[in-house]
Amino acid sequence: MSATAAAVTGNGASGKGAISIRNVTKIYDPGGADVLALDDCSLEIASGEVCMIVGPSGCGKTTLLNAIAGFHSITEGQIDLDGEMLCGPGKELATQGADRVVVFQNGALFPWKTLAENVAYGPIVQGIMNKAEARDKAEALLAEAGLGGVADKYPGEVSSGMARRAEIVRALINDPKVLLLDEPYRAMDALTKSIMHESLLEVYDRTKVTIFFITHDLEEAIFLGDRVVVMTTRPARTKKIVDVKIDRPRDYRLLSSEEFRILVQETKEAVHEEAVKAFEAGERELA
Amino acid sequence: MSNQSVSGRPPSGLHYFLHKSRKALKTPMPYLAFIGIGIWLLSYFLLNEYWRVSPFYKVPGPVEVVTEWLNKDPIWGTSLFTQDYYINIWVSCRRIFIAFAIATGLGVPLGLFMGWSKKFKDYTFPILETLRPIPILAWVPLAIVMFAGFETPIIYLATLASFFVTALNTMLGVESIDESYFRAAGCLGSKKHHVFLNVVVPGALPFIFTGLQISIGVAWFSLVAAEMISGDFGLGYMIMDSFMVNKYTTMVMAMLTLGFVGWITSAMVRAAGNRMMQWRERALGQGGV
Ligand SMILES: Nc1ncnc2c1ncn2[C@@H]1O[C@H](COP(=O)(O)OP(=O)(O)OP(=O)(O)O)[C@@H](O)[C@H]1O
Ligand SMILES: [Mg+2]
Repeated sequence: MSATAAAVTGNGASGKGAISIRNVTKIYDPGGADVLALDDCSLEIASGEVCMIVGPSGCGKTTLLNAIAGFHSITEGQIDLDGEMLCGPGKELATQGADRVVVFQNGALFPWKTLAENVAYGPIVQGIMNKAEARDKAEALLAEAGLGGVADKYPGEVSSGMARRAEIVRALINDPKVLLLDEPYRAMDALTKSIMHESLLEVYDRTKVTIFFITHDLEEAIFLGDRVVVMTTRPARTKKIVDVKIDRPRDYRLLSSEEFRILVQETKEAVHEEAVKAFEAGERELA
Repeated sequence: MSNQSVSGRPPSGLHYFLHKSRKALKTPMPYLAFIGIGIWLLSYFLLNEYWRVSPFYKVPGPVEVVTEWLNKDPIWGTSLFTQDYYINIWVSCRRIFIAFAIATGLGVPLGLFMGWSKKFKDYTFPILETLRPIPILAWVPLAIVMFAGFETPIIYLATLASFFVTALNTMLGVESIDESYFRAAGCLGSKKHHVFLNVVVPGALPFIFTGLQISIGVAWFSLVAAEMISGDFGLGYMIMDSFMVNKYTTMVMAMLTLGFVGWITSAMVRAAGNRMMQWRERALGQGGV
């Protein structure tokens, strides 16, 4: 599976950012509420792959992302990054680090820092650059992303689309191995969303960073991804993996192609099946 | 203003102040305040000196007070032209400044650490919550026993009251910070002290300044209470002293002075807050161009 993905991207130039998730189980509040969120979940993500995660609401997608990022521990199993254990037996909580930067659903640019200060933050605290260097680099990267004019604005002063793009720049300045995105474009209108997609694809084509992207939007998943992983209803495991063998660079014309439509349909069926199960399970719990 | 929009940098200093003042004068706010004060003065005058309604006529009316205030040779001995008036204002202001500075200097760091470290909070919060509900007047005898003279007990009481408010609000401020900012800081490679300086402190600032505004009010309250009970100088003492010898005009004068000075100090705290949180002002579209 991972070999296919690498072939599709034709990448490996950077040769970093391969994630291996093996038999991961996560139980929230064991002994108490005892919520089984991930059950024996396995997934291999090749370096430089755009891996899209879809699945019914509440199935455990964010749980998986949080485990990779080191926001919370796992109960069993192991997650490796480029062959090195992030978390596993004896070390249930991964150390947070700038090799795996997260872009949050509601945006988490520091509101008290300007966009340029936000972007410059990572290299400064890691001691990679001094303030002036980081600032210059930040301004250059923001300008490259079409945000040069608003570098000195605070996040509260710019549109949500600009803020989200700046957040991705803030992640990329650290040259991460993996970019972790949790429904970053959820609350956006279709037009802003399509601009976001183009901007992300442009970034990807340039950096070939591994992308772990959670979404509910199946068209978004097919349009951006090399593979789309459909998760089962809670507890989450991988139900189906849809390979998207569409050449890059991609643009919006793809959206109206037959090939695209078929892939969306295929994914939709798998997700729908799980959503129905989730709904019925919910009914049972309520009854 | 134009160069500001071109560079996009935050407006600062005098420039910013003038810009804000100009904007403020374009809103109805200052005029409404003016009208409000006018209505209040008029009713005071009518009830007190014109219709002489009971019980209002028993205290000096606005005309009488203002006349005395502006009198170069005041009947009751105190006015804008006598030195003791300024000594009392100065003494109270100095005490407030010292008390507020100590309370802020101790309360803010304590609150920050309480909000930041669960363990530290577990140690300290119960103590704070036991001492805080004790009304400040209940501390007066203790303050007199502990400290000699007038100055220290009074400052002690004002500091104490102010300190509790500041520490508590600061702690709540840290707890109000969205978890995702901590996570973002973590995955950008922050060490603990970076998180403290770049997330905890700025994230708590809005609550801290709300707390400081309340705290300076509380400091004035305690100060005046303490000065009235045991004082040698100060506005609280001036009120009590003139009351004892039936100089009601002077008493009202001191009260109004207190209101005015108190308002200025809290305006100063507010201005300091706005300066330090330009990101907030600008996000709300208030400071923008
Ligand atoms: N801290 C927690 N304690 C207990 N249960 C939790 C906790 N966090 C999440 N859960 C539960 O674990 C399950 C998976 O949550 P998760 O947030 O991973 O879902 P998700 O797939 O990201 O959902 P969504 O699509 O709605 O974002 C949910 O049923 C949720 O209620
Ligand atoms: Mg989620």
